[in-house]
Amino acid sequence: MVKVDGLDKLLAEHPFFDGMDESYRKTLAGCARNERFKPGEMIAQEGKPAERFYFIRTGAVSLEFHVPGHDGLVLETLHDGDIFGWSWMVEPYEWSYDICALELTRVISLDGACLRKKLKKDHALGFELYSRFMPVMAKRLYRTRQQLTDMFAKK
Amino acid sequence: MPDQTTSDAPYADPMVPDLLPITLRRKELDDTFTIELDPGKPGFHFQPGQFNMLYVFGVGEVPISISGDPANPGKLVHTIRNVGAVTDALSKLKKGDQVGVRGPFGSAWPVIEADGHDVVIIAGGIGLAPLRPAIEHVLANREHFGRFVILYGARSPEDVLYMKQLQQWRGRLDTYVDVTVDHADRSWAGNVGVVPRLIERADFDPHHTKVMICGPEIMMRFTIKELVQRGMEKDDIFVSMERNMKCAIGHCGHCQFGGKFICKDGPVFAYSQIEDLLQVRGL
Repeated sequence: MVKVDGLDKLLAEHPFFDGMDESYRKTLAGCARNERFKPGEMIAQEGKPAERFYFIRTGAVSLEFHVPGHDGLVLETLHDGDIFGWSWMVEPYEWSYDICALELTRVISLDGACLRKKLKKDHALGFELYSRFMPVMAKRLYRTRQQLTDMFAKK
Repeated sequence: MPDQTTSDAPYADPMVPDLLPITLRRKELDDTFTIELDPGKPGFHFQPGQFNMLYVFGVGEVPISISGDPANPGKLVHTIRNVGAVTDALSKLKKGDQVGVRGPFGSAWPVIEADGHDVVIIAGGIGLAPLRPAIEHVLANREHFGRFVILYGARSPEDVLYMKQLQQWRGRLDTYVDVTVDHADRSWAGNVGVVPRLIERADFDPHHTKVMICGPEIMMRFTIKELVQRGMEKDDIFVSMERNMKCAIGHCGHCQFGGKFICKDGPVFAYSQIEDLLQVRGL
């Protein structure tokens, strides 16, 4: 069992927390868990409750859509230093895609319910976390739109 | 190819094509193929990034980048995507058939200026073909350069050009290669996502690097944005532009790009030279 101190150190190593006030990070570490997934292991499934929010330490995961009659359609692959799982912050708190580990993947995960409770109590912490989270979401949306332009299609 | 053996001293008459036989034809992708031509003696000298005009008599002429090894002037290589009447006619030619060739034309990748720097090659789709001579040059003179990074994006795994060669380059300890595709199913073990995404993970010194980019203009625009955010100077970013080139010597005006001609002033430009033009919508 990794203690909160150890988890705080692991969180501090992740680029998402660069420059974050130590007290905030320690508070968040109280909701954290150290996890690892084997290659091919499903981390999340579309429609299932989104209970956790993940920071990749090492490894790679794929974000996939389930397309009836096909294997998973991979939307994006994520790697060391990336984060995934925003569904914990938006009702109805359900995953909107599948997540699969592509290789041995080590992550720190935060419990969504625990986080929501802490953010409701401490709005400054909520602002701090959302300020870091929103640019990641915006960038991902921007890139998804780049993908939709079908840049390499035959003219 | 008499009188056309160096890029510094090209043709006696640049409008007269030489007839060169196809020595090899290879399918690359469903819509993309490579032809190798025998330039005869003393070979065909070119600089990485330059292009030739390929003529199919009775059909027309198209500009095609040279995609072979500049250190091997005995083999004139072009990788071509079948997108129109002339490229379709080229796709139907067989070994032994002849192609009219004018060239080499245009500006080159800054492989000499890159000496002593990190080099980052970023290609999208068939844009890897015009960059391959630069890659060959760097690999053949590896000790002259710092970190060497090749980033490549394609539409899908089936559209990845030069797959075997990418794997060979990736196998070298002195070269970092990363490939991504826009769409894939689970059978693809590589990255999925846009090319700029690869830039974040690549290790190079933005203040001591030359970047060479070729691909669809929209891909180059997103890529440049990422590089500038990473701290790159606009003078150190080079792009290859594509326009409808007809005469290849700046006379006809078909490829005019603002005050420049792509055929004569380009196709390779420093981003700082054309930044304003790239912002003009519809140009």
